[in-house]
Amino acid sequence: MSLIAPIKDHHSERQLFVARVALSSVVSVILLGFVVARLIQLQIVEHEQFSERSQGNRIRIEALAPTRGLIFDRKGRILVENVPTYQLELIPEQVADIDDTLERLAKLGLIDQQDISRFIDVSDQGPRFKPVTLRFRLSDEEIANFAVHRPRFPGVDFQPRLVRHYPHAANTAHAVGYVGAISVNDLKRLDPVAYAGTAHTGKTGIEFSQEKYLHGDPGHRQIVTNARGRQVSVDPRDAAGSILDAEAPSPGSNLYLTIDLDLQVLATELLAGRRGSIIAIDPQNGEILALVSAPSFDPNGFALGMTSSEFRVLQSDVNQPLFNRAVRGTYPPGSVIKPILSLAALQTGATNLTRRTFCRGYYTLPGSTHRYRDWRPEGHGEVDLHDAITQSCDVYFYEISRDIGIDRMHDYLTQFGLGRPTGVDVTGELPGLVPSRAWKRGAFRERADQVWFPGETVIAAIGQGYMLATPLQLANAAAALSTHGKRFTPHLVASIENPLTGERTVIQPRRLDDVKVDNAFYWENVIGAMHDVLQGPKGTARAAGANAPYEMAGKSGTAQVFTVGQEESFEQEDLDERLRDHALFIAFAPLQQPRIAVAVIVENGSSGSRIAAPMARAMMDRYLGVEDSAP
Amino acid sequence: MRLSDTQWLIDGRGTGSGGLSGVFRRLNLDAPLLGGLLLICGFGLFVLYSAVSEDIDLWLQQVVRLGVAVVVMLVVAQFPPDLMRRWTPWAFLFGLGLLSLVLILGEVGQGAQRWLDVGIRFQPSEIMKLAVPMMAAWYLHDRQLPPTAGQLLIIAILIAVPSYMIAVQPDLGTSLLIAASGVIVIVLAGMSIRLMLSLLVLSVPGALVLWQFMQDYQRQRVMTLLNPDSDPLGAGYNIIQSKIAIGSGGLFGKGWTNGSQAQLEFLPERNTDFIFAVMGEELGLLGVLSLLVLYVFVVGRGLYIATQAPDSFSRLLAGSISLTFFVYVFVNIAMVTGLVPVVGIPLPLVSFGGTSMVTLMAGFGILMSIHSHRKLLPH
Repeated sequence: MSLIAPIKDHHSERQLFVARVALSSVVSVILLGFVVARLIQLQIVEHEQFSERSQGNRIRIEALAPTRGLIFDRKGRILVENVPTYQLELIPEQVADIDDTLERLAKLGLIDQQDISRFIDVSDQGPRFKPVTLRFRLSDEEIANFAVHRPRFPGVDFQPRLVRHYPHAANTAHAVGYVGAISVNDLKRLDPVAYAGTAHTGKTGIEFSQEKYLHGDPGHRQIVTNARGRQVSVDPRDAAGSILDAEAPSPGSNLYLTIDLDLQVLATELLAGRRGSIIAIDPQNGEILALVSAPSFDPNGFALGMTSSEFRVLQSDVNQPLFNRAVRGTYPPGSVIKPILSLAALQTGATNLTRRTFCRGYYTLPGSTHRYRDWRPEGHGEVDLHDAITQSCDVYFYEISRDIGIDRMHDYLTQFGLGRPTGVDVTGELPGLVPSRAWKRGAFRERADQVWFPGETVIAAIGQGYMLATPLQLANAAAALSTHGKRFTPHLVASIENPLTGERTVIQPRRLDDVKVDNAFYWENVIGAMHDVLQGPKGTARAAGANAPYEMAGKSGTAQVFTVGQEESFEQEDLDERLRDHALFIAFAPLQQPRIAVAVIVENGSSGSRIAAPMARAMMDRYLGVEDSAP
Repeated sequence: MRLSDTQWLIDGRGTGSGGLSGVFRRLNLDAPLLGGLLLICGFGLFVLYSAVSEDIDLWLQQVVRLGVAVVVMLVVAQFPPDLMRRWTPWAFLFGLGLLSLVLILGEVGQGAQRWLDVGIRFQPSEIMKLAVPMMAAWYLHDRQLPPTAGQLLIIAILIAVPSYMIAVQPDLGTSLLIAASGVIVIVLAGMSIRLMLSLLVLSVPGALVLWQFMQDYQRQRVMTLLNPDSDPLGAGYNIIQSKIAIGSGGLFGKGWTNGSQAQLEFLPERNTDFIFAVMGEELGLLGVLSLLVLYVFVVGRGLYIATQAPDSFSRLLAGSISLTFFVYVFVNIAMVTGLVPVVGIPLPLVSFGGTSMVTLMAGFGILMSIHSHRKLLPH
């Protein structure tokens, strides 16, 4: 166009620029339109929804744990209580140098290496404003020690916490049970709403079975929280300003147990150093007066939280202190079932009171050479039913066993509550076993094993073979014997008290079907024979029954642990302790209007009459208020 | 509409040359622009006081920063545009040098190398926010517009090099904004619309390539935008809480310092990138629209200044600064309301923080310089 170098056309450039500014403005307005539309959508159209979500964000409902109910014995003596213990807590957020603080606390002797490593384990789990426990169970000296140095430890303080306390510790452990920290498994079972603020729950015994009464109802409060869940005050000048709404928890019910603490402690002392169980029941209503399993353990460890190594020691103890023998230990009942079989035989006509048998020390089935031995190798000579009970002649019962038959034996033993759970109000009870033809058909897979052999009936007659019973079942059966067949469900809870009103709901005894032995004469004869076991001239346990100012009845039993060969003989004392026979004894007193029935089992105690019977006697003496008459 | 908004201010000022307007004129200031900016800053300080939970020390820090930024603006306004134009290549090279330095020995700040410690900690990318559009405008200032394809290619390289260096720090958000400020220059310079549309179409495969270069956290941000509720406690948390805050504010808001989302710390980054949500919650739709009006006024005034500028360097630079400011505002609000991914762009002049505010004010200083020096320059 021109020979001169191109000259900028300012005018057209400027027009182009203005056009582009206009274009950009249009694009900007469109973008702005998007933003405004979005704001209208959020703030006008969806306002209500977001408003609700912002409310939900800031208000948290905090559960308030109820105070757990107390447990008393039948006379109102405290068995389980809640005590304040002091624990040392650290709030991570408020501590500038945690390592240094821990080191200085250790120097004061308030925490040890174990506490520190546990703290490190748990400290980064929660929010930083939440206190972390450094030490449980501070002693008074430690509290005083820390109080002096407290100014040097900002963010560390001791706090009172209610902890379940079992003042009688091991004495009541198996009857009452214990609470422990809520575990993952517990969470599957427990109502998450009711337990939102609760740290512990019943694990065994009454603490477990009566959880619904003991726990109580949680309260709650609505609090304003920030994003990290920390409670904040709406009005900073008012500490309570962040609580919008509150409902106090209602404490759990107090329980009065049927347990007699004196009897419970005595039973524990009697079994000291042994493995076994003692149970005492009031035959008139099924109230359990004492329930002891030995050895025992200190349940306070569970309530306070024990280390896994402490728990492992308990769990791996060969004497199994955690095992509740009273309701879960199943033993061959041995001769203690002889009174029951006697009643069965009389009622069914399998024997009568005058039938006599000559006992030469063993019994053989017709057409067999196998000898079923009597506990007394030389035999008891000529015996009737009365003698057979008082002297515990096995041969007599071997002989009548074929006339009763296993199925009728099963029938009567079952009527006395053997072979099925007693329905006691602690969980975990085992049913034991009373064999029968039907049972054997169902219990074995091989056809050959399903046949019931005559020899099995013979040994069932002295409570051996397949037969198994728990100490509770035997005490329960003793109670039924004492009342001429009047039976109750054994139970531990006597009444439930509302802690606010003091109103008590008494648990009524649950009467069961009577034993079907209708002839009072049979009862009197069998009980009379049991009386002579303790207080007759030839009774197996006459030593234990001597010098009593009241009339009692009992039956010893000795359950084989170790099978002796046909031609062997041995002395119990020579056997390894763990292979010795279990010693059993059931008893009740007084004969008229019996007030206490007892079952004693001493594992590997060798002799029912020598070892177990005196324990039963001591229990009855104590309960009937006879202190100094013991032999 | 925005241009006409400002027109009456110009007309009103145009009659007299003494008094207050004379003072402004002598200080090389533009009164409407200064007024708009100060209103935004005042509004920002008002909101910030609540966003820092009435922490007076933090708030005063911001006041001081704001003061420094205003002083910087006043100083920059004194440099004539000619002088700035001549300095532009050197400023650009200086910025590139610093960026290289950051990449080589930059301190690690927030998992990324963005800071340079020269007595005060300082991000070289801030220089580039101005140096890139200046460089693009400088390159085009004596050439006939619209630019040719070859010229566009050269400018593209001038934009791409610093953008890339910032992107690998990695600071993708800033990098994209800086690239945008350069691109705005060439759009204003008259790059053909057809070419722009073609590039837009080509950007789809480009985005896929970009995806390959993204860090995990950046991809996460994009994914979170698409479905924030998929990860309500993780990456989606910010957006969800921010939307709750804004939405629950409604038309009138919950009242100043009364936003539960903001004051109870549900809202993350509430005094920096997400301060807009605090405003939305406490002051409601009316409050945020008021701020938007102020922003629109400032951008509009900036564009007016650009159209009045005597030479193409000033024009392009003024236009780019104004529109980039708008882009900042848009990206931040769109991010806080969940329209675009969380890119970590503060709300200009309102968010807590110093460096970016100084850069912004320096940019407005340039605008003022352009406007106040226009009649003194021969052309």
